[in-house]
Amino acid sequence: MKNVIGREVPEYIEGIGKTDMFIGAWEKLKKGWMDEPTIPPPNKAKMPHLSKMCDTLEDAIAKTSPKDGMTVSFHHHLRNGDNILVRSIEILANMGIKNITLASSSLNEVHNPILKYLKDGTITKIWSSGIRGDIGKAISEGVLDIPVIIHSHGGRVRAIHTGKINLDLAIVAASAADEEGNATGSHGKSAFGSLGYASIDMRYSKQVIVITDTIVEYPCIPISITQNFVDYVVKVDSIGDASKIATGSTRITKSPMDLRIAKLAADVIEHSGLFVPGFSFQVGAGGASLAVAKFIREKMIKSEIKGSFILGGVTSYVVDMLNEGLFNAIFDVQSFDAAVSSSLMENSNHIEIPAALYANPYNCGCMTNKLDIVVLGALEIDLDFNVNVITGSDGTIRGASGGHSDTASGANLTVVVCPSFRGRLPIVKKSIHTVVTPGETIDVLVTERGICVNPLKPELEKNLKNAGLNVRKIEDLQKEVEAIVGKSKEVEYTDKIVGLIEYRDGTIIDVIRQVKNNG
Amino acid sequence: MKKNRRTMLYIPGNNPAMLQQGGVYGADSILLDLEDAVALNQKDAARILVRNVLKSINFYTTEVCVRINHLDTPFGLEDLEEIVPLQPDAIRYPKTETVEELANLIKIIEDIEDKHNLPHDKMTIHAMIETALGVQNVFEIAKFSKRVDAITIGGQDLTADMNIKSTKDGSGIDLARKMIVMAAKANKIDAIDTVFVDINDEEGLRIDTEYAKQIGFSGKAVINPRQIDVIHDVYMPTDEEIRKSYRIVKEFKKNKLAGIGVFAIDGKMIDAPIMTRATQVLELANIDFNSI
Repeated sequence: MKNVIGREVPEYIEGIGKTDMFIGAWEKLKKGWMDEPTIPPPNKAKMPHLSKMCDTLEDAIAKTSPKDGMTVSFHHHLRNGDNILVRSIEILANMGIKNITLASSSLNEVHNPILKYLKDGTITKIWSSGIRGDIGKAISEGVLDIPVIIHSHGGRVRAIHTGKINLDLAIVAASAADEEGNATGSHGKSAFGSLGYASIDMRYSKQVIVITDTIVEYPCIPISITQNFVDYVVKVDSIGDASKIATGSTRITKSPMDLRIAKLAADVIEHSGLFVPGFSFQVGAGGASLAVAKFIREKMIKSEIKGSFILGGVTSYVVDMLNEGLFNAIFDVQSFDAAVSSSLMENSNHIEIPAALYANPYNCGCMTNKLDIVVLGALEIDLDFNVNVITGSDGTIRGASGGHSDTASGANLTVVVCPSFRGRLPIVKKSIHTVVTPGETIDVLVTERGICVNPLKPELEKNLKNAGLNVRKIEDLQKEVEAIVGKSKEVEYTDKIVGLIEYRDGTIIDVIRQVKNNG
Repeated sequence: MKKNRRTMLYIPGNNPAMLQQGGVYGADSILLDLEDAVALNQKDAARILVRNVLKSINFYTTEVCVRINHLDTPFGLEDLEEIVPLQPDAIRYPKTETVEELANLIKIIEDIEDKHNLPHDKMTIHAMIETALGVQNVFEIAKFSKRVDAITIGGQDLTADMNIKSTKDGSGIDLARKMIVMAAKANKIDAIDTVFVDINDEEGLRIDTEYAKQIGFSGKAVINPRQIDVIHDVYMPTDEEIRKSYRIVKEFKKNKLAGIGVFAIDGKMIDAPIMTRATQVLELANIDFNSI
């Protein structure tokens, strides 16, 4: 059947069960509570002065008594420098464990080597906020029988609270830890900053292993992971490749196109009516997003406007904005480079936050609910402003939901920045491959060829027009793009569902179907 | 309202990706280049590509100019035959040195226009001065035809022709720049300054642009879209200048209706030169004189 945004979603999906249909971005939240019951976190006990230290990761994993059908979780703070996830899965595979549910907060190219374990039945189910590289492609081609579930960062917390993701083992990489398992990502040779996404795993997993390449004297400060949740601690030579942990995406782009779009986005923000003292702000690290921060910084200095807080994935650029006094605080769920780590250590107004506080829709107020302005990217956007950030132009999985729908839902002004086409591929389209973020939560699209305001926001449109900005209908922009690049050949799919897109409230907003192999 | 020409972005005529994006960077003008940016073995391909781009791509409000090859080369005439029928806003003619060659150019253009039943007053010509001889003749070149509505300077070729080193401060071509501005101003047309070649030196670009503005250039040629905002920023009048000019124009219109020619604001007499300057400031700020 079709859900409220017209996406065809089956009422029952093999391997998943009955589908809870998406009914609108805020419909389920209006009640003020969640209908689904929550599961209690595990109760554990430890004898006094018993050592948690294990000689090897193999030893630690063996002590957790892994079993077929278990769920194993990881965080993605090490990004493409992660040495831990693949090693851990290899160990489990060597032990002969099968039917693992993998619940990594995200999967990147660095995790490509686990593809063979998807093929041999070691891993049969995946929950993640994003999947890139060979794994995404293989899943789109049908390597798994059970569809993967793509959740948002906030949705992951909800899924763990409700037991939809029922964690048996959490393997938490930390850049420094003590022998009791107090751990941080803010110092050590592989420092990566905030450990925000691991916080919920620590609390809900039946067993927790902290793995680090830097053991410090007790206590490890600051404490992101606390000892009362940790079963075992392992010291290894390296948790990751430091050069790839810092993604390099934190430099301001030199692409004239990205800079142009960023400049227009900053103009939109300036004239939106929300660029006022005390505003809160979130931008990503890649493409045009970080450049928006550059232009906003210049406008804040010029207009003598001081903001309230910066949220989310944090770059050294926004740390500089904090240090310049342009904002009061940074709430950091994920840090993008080493410079951010030292700020976390040294600046008390740079605060690490758990994913639950960042974006879980089911509590008394996550940080995204307090957000004024967010700038987001898009792989595709349709005429209803629905956004795809998960599947590429060939229909295969290659992106991440991340905090996209969480922040769009919460922010007073959600700005999507993207070129209207890339190469010969249209980005603004009549219909898109997959919807991750519903159009009702997107306020304005900024492209190099014009600014399109969601008709749900007439006041915003009026403000931007009055400022002389090039505001146009999204339908006109789509037609112009099609005239330039021509009509793309439609991707062919089979009926098999290979992925579900779970909205942050747990409903299914869309499905991903298997790409037909015409080769 | 007269259009600004603060920036003129060079786009190589053989680069389809850049050509199709020409109108999106916010430059006042773009220059689709068939001359120096295109290798000899790609001249035909570039000409065909630019012709097709002119037919199919929307450049919005950006002024579109095409720089053709000189008529002394084997490509110049063919360039004109392909491009003139499409009537871009302007043709830029490189290495203009004498009024005779300008006369020849205009004759060829108008013959092509006649052949296609096109008017002679739509497409303008930008004469590019790139040699010492061109500099010496620039006043006559600027004056020669109503079709010439801008004079531009090509700094790289000019330094080569003068056998001097090209420097960041442009000291070697300073006299030429000033002569070109003077010739343009004397004929009430635009003067467009040469490019600033170091695209990573934003501060150097700003200083160079401030100087260009100070000596009277209407704008600058641009080789990377990243340079556009810096130049626009330099040419943008301050809020105070805009407010003052707005008030002058408003009072002028009011007094004109009452039949008063000369009047005073805050004790200062407002005469024709002050009024002209106020109008120019409003033009740069994109404020329509008629809307006041």
